[in-house]
Amino acid sequence: MVKTAVTLSGVQLDNPIIPASGTFGFGYEFAQWYDINCLGAISVKGTTREPRFGNPAPRIAETPGGMLNAVGLQNPGIDKVVAEELPRLRQVYHKPILANISGFSLDEFVECCAKADASPYTDIIEVNVSCPNVHHGGMSFGTDPNMVYNVTKSVKEVCKKPVYVKLSPNVTDIVSIAKACEEGGADGLSLINTLLGMRLDIKKRRPILANTTGGLSGPAVFPVAVRMVWQVYEAVKVPIIGMGGVQSAEDVIELMLAGASAVQVGAANLVNPYACKEIIDNLPGVMERLGIHDLTEIIGGAH
Amino acid sequence: MKRGLFTVTSNEQLAPGTFRMVLAGDTTAITAPGQFVNIALEGKFLRRPISVCDWGEGSLTIVYKVVGQGTEQMSRMAPGTRLDILTGLGNGYNLDKSGDRPLLIGGGAGIPPMFALARKLLAQGKTPSVILGFNQASEQFMQADFQDLGLEVTVTTADGSLGVKGFVTDAMPQTGYTCVYTCGPAPMLKAVYDKSVTSGQFSFEERMGCGFGACMGCTCQTKYGNKRICREGPVLEKEEIIW
Repeated sequence: MVKTAVTLSGVQLDNPIIPASGTFGFGYEFAQWYDINCLGAISVKGTTREPRFGNPAPRIAETPGGMLNAVGLQNPGIDKVVAEELPRLRQVYHKPILANISGFSLDEFVECCAKADASPYTDIIEVNVSCPNVHHGGMSFGTDPNMVYNVTKSVKEVCKKPVYVKLSPNVTDIVSIAKACEEGGADGLSLINTLLGMRLDIKKRRPILANTTGGLSGPAVFPVAVRMVWQVYEAVKVPIIGMGGVQSAEDVIELMLAGASAVQVGAANLVNPYACKEIIDNLPGVMERLGIHDLTEIIGGAH
Repeated sequence: MKRGLFTVTSNEQLAPGTFRMVLAGDTTAITAPGQFVNIALEGKFLRRPISVCDWGEGSLTIVYKVVGQGTEQMSRMAPGTRLDILTGLGNGYNLDKSGDRPLLIGGGAGIPPMFALARKLLAQGKTPSVILGFNQASEQFMQADFQDLGLEVTVTTADGSLGVKGFVTDAMPQTGYTCVYTCGPAPMLKAVYDKSVTSGQFSFEERMGCGFGACMGCTCQTKYGNKRICREGPVLEKEEIIW
C-alpha cells in the first residue's frame, strides 16, 4: 500500500489533489458527477467583499493547449459565501476547504480574510494577490514585493488559520515575491495563477475577450509552473501548493519533485468533470510504477 | 448530466456548411428539447457545445454549422468515429408553458433544437406552427423534416430567394399563438422578443468554458439575477431577459 497523504501547515489531506479556485465553483456541480470527498481538499471560488458580476462576455477563448479566461472574480461576496455557500458545501463534503480571497484594497483583503478565517468551515486561507482579470486589484498586489509583504502581514494579523498566498507568474522575479510573502509571515504559497494572454478575432480585427486580455491556463502553462515551483522551493522554507496545467498523476509527481507539497488541478476540471477523481484514482498505480511508497518523501526530490 | 462515449453512425451534409450527425450512445441524461451536448475533439482543449436536434433511446442527432476548426473537424468524421460527449447539459425548453398553439421560431443554427421540441409538443396533442429563417434558399435545411411531422412550416429568407422575403418576424402572426419558443442569433431573438405578444422561451448562445456550471465563463444578467447560460440557461423566460 502506497501512502498518498500529505500535510499543509498541520492540515491533513488524504491525497495532494485540490481543485483550483475558479474551476470548481463551490463544489456542488461536481458533487453531481462524483463523490467529492475523494479530494485532498477544495479551493473554492475566489471571493471579494462585495458581490461581483465580473467582466462582460465573451469571457472565454480557446488557445493551443489551453484557454484564456477573463471571468473577473464573479462571486456572491464574502458574507454570502460564509453564510450560505460554505455551509451548503459542508452538507456534501467533509474534507478540508481553502477559502480563496481577493480584493481591491488592503482593507478589503483584511476584512474578507478575517471573515473567512472565522468561518467554522474553512481550513486554510488562500490569498489571491494574482488575479489578472480585474483592474486596480488582484494582480497589482502580487507583482510588487512591498505590496505583497503588506498584504501578507496584515492578513496574518487577523487570521488564526494557515495563510497561503497565491502568486502571479506575471513577474520578472517570482523568487523575490515569494520571499516577501515568507517575510510577511505566510504559512505557505500557492503558485502559479494564470499567465496574462490575449487572442484576436482576425475577421473582426478585435480582441476575442471583451476584457481584451485574460489569464492563460491549461497544459500549455505546465512547464512554467514546474520552473517557478522549482525556483521558489529553492528560496523559501514554507510549503508550496503547485498548480498550472496539471492533467495527470504523472504531472502531480513532477510538480511535487519540483517542490510542491500538494497540487491544484484547474482547467482540466472544465474539460473533464472527472479530472481530479481520475488523477486520484491513478496516483497509487503511478507511484508503484515509479517506486514511490510515500508521497511526502518526494517533495522537492529533484533538487 | 452524464459523460459517455458515442459512435458516429452517419454524418451528412444538409446544405453547404451544415451537417447532420447521428450518434449511438447513452442518451438517458437528456431530459428536454433545447438542451445541449459538449463534445471533446482531438487536438482541441475545450469541448464544443452543440444543441440537441433530436434524441431517442441510444440515439442522438445533432445538426451543426461549420464555423471554425472544431466544427470543420467534425464535418470530416466518418461513421465509426468515437466521441467523448457530455450530455444532458442546460435546462432546455419547458413544454408545460406552451398552451395549445405554440409558435416555434428558429433562425439558422438555431433551427435544430426546434425539431425535438416540435415532436414533443405534437406528442402532447399541441398544435405548433413553425417559422424557419435563412439568409438565402441555398442555406435551407430541415424544412422537409418539419413538414414530415405534419406541421405547417413558413420559411423566410433575407434575400427572398425562398418563402417569405425578410426576417422571421416578417412571417410572425399578430395573434393566434399561445407561447413563443425561439432560438437563433441574438438580433433575431431581440426582434422576436419585441414583436411577440405572449410569454416566450428564448434560447441564448455564449462562449463557454466547461458547459456544466463550473467556470462562470458564460454568465449573463437577468431580471432574476445572474444566470449561467450553460446551467440555468440556455433557455430564458421572456419576462426575465435583460437586453
